Amino acid sequence: MNSKNISILLFFPILFFNTRCNQNGNGSAGALGTSYAAEKVYVAPGEKDKYYAFMSGGYSGQVSVYGLPSGRLFRVIPVFSQDPEKGYGYNEETKPMLMTTFGFIPWDDAHHPKLSQTKGIHDGKFLFINGNNTPRVARIDLTTFETTEIIQIPNSGGCHASPYPTENTEYLVAGTRFSVPIPQEDVPISSYKENFKGTFTFISGGQEPGKMDIAFQILVPGYDYDLAHSGKGISHGWSFFTSYNVEEDHTLLEKTASQYDKDYIAAVNWKKAEEYIAEGKFREMPAEYYHNFYTDRTHSATSEVKKSVKVLIPEDCPGMVYYLPTPKSPHGVDVSPTGEYIVGSGKLSADLTVHSFEKMLQAIEEEKFDQVIDGIPVLNYEAILAGVVQQPGLGPLHTEFDGRGNAYTTFFISSEVVKWSLSTYEVLDRQPSYYSVGHLMIPGGGSAKPWENGEYLVALNKITKDRYLPTGPELAHSAQLYDISGDKMQLLLDFPTIGEPHYAQAIPASVIENNQVQAFPLEENEHPYAATRESETKVERQGTEVHVYMTTIRSHFAPDNIEGIRTGDKVYFHVTNLEQDWDVPHGFAVMGNTNAELLIMPGQTETLIWEPKMVGVFPFYCSDFCSALHQEMQGYIRVSPSSANVKLTWALGDEVFEE
Amino acid sequence: MNNLPRILFISGSLILLLVFISPIWRISLEAPQYPDGVTMYIWINKLGGKTRGTLQNINILNHYVGMKPIDPESIPELKYFPLVIVAMSLLGVIFGLINKSGLWIVWIALLLILGIIGIYDFYLWEYDYGHNLADDAPIKVPGMVYQPPLIGSKKLLNFNAISYPYWGALFILIPMILCFTAYYFRRKKSSGYV
Repeated sequence: MNSKNISILLFFPILFFNTRCNQNGNGSAGALGTSYAAEKVYVAPGEKDKYYAFMSGGYSGQVSVYGLPSGRLFRVIPVFSQDPEKGYGYNEETKPMLMTTFGFIPWDDAHHPKLSQTKGIHDGKFLFINGNNTPRVARIDLTTFETTEIIQIPNSGGCHASPYPTENTEYLVAGTRFSVPIPQEDVPISSYKENFKGTFTFISGGQEPGKMDIAFQILVPGYDYDLAHSGKGISHGWSFFTSYNVEEDHTLLEKTASQYDKDYIAAVNWKKAEEYIAEGKFREMPAEYYHNFYTDRTHSATSEVKKSVKVLIPEDCPGMVYYLPTPKSPHGVDVSPTGEYIVGSGKLSADLTVHSFEKMLQAIEEEKFDQVIDGIPVLNYEAILAGVVQQPGLGPLHTEFDGRGNAYTTFFISSEVVKWSLSTYEVLDRQPSYYSVGHLMIPGGGSAKPWENGEYLVALNKITKDRYLPTGPELAHSAQLYDISGDKMQLLLDFPTIGEPHYAQAIPASVIENNQVQAFPLEENEHPYAATRESETKVERQGTEVHVYMTTIRSHFAPDNIEGIRTGDKVYFHVTNLEQDWDVPHGFAVMGNTNAELLIMPGQTETLIWEPKMVGVFPFYCSDFCSALHQEMQGYIRVSPSSANVKLTWALGDEVFEE
Repeated sequence: MNNLPRILFISGSLILLLVFISPIWRISLEAPQYPDGVTMYIWINKLGGKTRGTLQNINILNHYVGMKPIDPESIPELKYFPLVIVAMSLLGVIFGLINKSGLWIVWIALLLILGIIGIYDFYLWEYDYGHNLADDAPIKVPGMVYQPPLIGSKKLLNFNAISYPYWGALFILIPMILCFTAYYFRRKKSSGYV
């Protein structure tokens, strides 16, 4: 297909859905009836949602937490982005979380949230998400809804095909979206074909907080590796990565990378890779990368810089990687709940390709190879094909499953969700999305066990145009909730999302709601600057550094009057929240502070650095309305000239202390 | 069967020791923003709460109206009531062995009196906490006192305070009933009816 044909493909559907929208009015719940749909999503005041949904924030670098079916937003979890609301990335304790070999990077493009799995089933312990721009993978602890671990991916030019855990979260994977010289070197871009390489990274320690590590990397040809999914059930032990730009071009990719009829899905036998590692068939390659870990024992993160990785080369390791030819730049690669079907969504293809895992094994057995690229056999397309869904729509991107033998695929160009049968490859139903759907999510629909055999489907749309009240040039992205329990999909609800939602996960609330940490026990607080009772509060001067050991409890700070600070000092406010009750954080904000507030959870200690430049008396206060006397929760800090001789004192009520 | 009253009496005295396994009183504060309530448990030898932070939470709430903090260290009863219980149990066993009905009724009366004193003492503490309010309390409502009820419920500002005996109290009541039954049978026997 040449580029002209592609542009026709791209233009026709836009006209197509424009006319359709005009016919459908504004595309409300339609034939279903608004009141019926409203009843299905109504969660009465005081009632709770059935599912937690975790949506990536895309270029907001965050994850947002919604309830389903109501579409109510509960929380935004900062992951790769600083969050002034929570002090994440601003307070001293969490700054190390955002450290990389490029320095402190307070932003990333967060893509694919994936829940941890045990036996292929979402276990509700952790959520992982990748940062595409400066390759990283993060862990969110689902007892605290905080980001607790981030590992940087070396030898990668973009972490998009990630994290897609294996069946028991043995590994999280990371395929490089952009191939780059590996190791990095100063070469002409035009030398792409000789010098640029891709990698598949396998990260261990997914089930053990603090233990995330790069187990090994596999060096592969310099394509763009787009998305991934790990096998399950019969395909447990394998991971699959899509690729585009097998043309290996480096400019005007919209054209140059769309030339060949087929690109590849890479099938990686990671159990075989483990064997090669055990046999010592790897090359130890110098590569610096950060591993950042936050623990609730010290309420602090620490960074560790690692120095090398084990790299496996397919030419040295036969039987480890195969290529499955798949039409036209496949985007998503999705594995059915049993592990047998591998759906490749060729985004410029008119058809949807389904590979069979069993047939793949047979083709490998029988060596049905069309060619071998850098030690990677390319399997024969016909030999591995399970079936083709004929002309289901335009621009297929992602597929999820309902556990009843049906698959659901999003079509970006024709802007719709299509339900089809995994046994007959026939289209069973189609529903429009508003508009230009990217990912979709069925609770558990990417795992071995879709919950409730597929009850809801959430389509995540890139464009909303006329769907909401307009907000200037930038409009909301959106999620659309469909009821898929019957034969036909029924649109129930539209709701805007934070940032751009690339993929989402959902899990029954019952799996995680009772595991929530309500307060951190003060007696277990190991923060080196914690004051776990008011009698431990104090102020210490070490040269121009001043450490304030402060506590909060409804409704005062201790101490709340501090004198003897001088301009040029670096004041560390180490604030411990003495509360032990659920939902009683205290804030700490001081005038003229150059970054953000602290928001301290019960039993937690957080640190803010304040560098006073001006002489005077400055207030600090609690920024979280904590109690009836919240407005009284305030204090003063007196700043004297650097030459002054004011004694360092601190006070609470009638009691005045000095160093 | 001759020994039955004696066994019953000694058992009753020993059951008294079970008072240590459960709180004897429960005071709960309920308000809309505390959907689970703030619940304090009073044991014979300690104070506890439904969660680790309960006592601290109660003290935080109380300090707004000027109540003094509830500090188990400042309540000597929590130290000597357990001794009284152990002593009474021991005394009961000794009286059971001596096997004189006169001593038995003395023991029962003593336990009853001690129980009444205990409840009255509890009432005095409640009175003290509820009435002796700091002059510089942030929230002062004229005429308002914060004494929780001994038994029953009472509205205290936004809270409904609910106070009732808890399971542990049964281990004071059951010995009384058992020992009185023992006493009754023994009297019957000695008057020749059995």
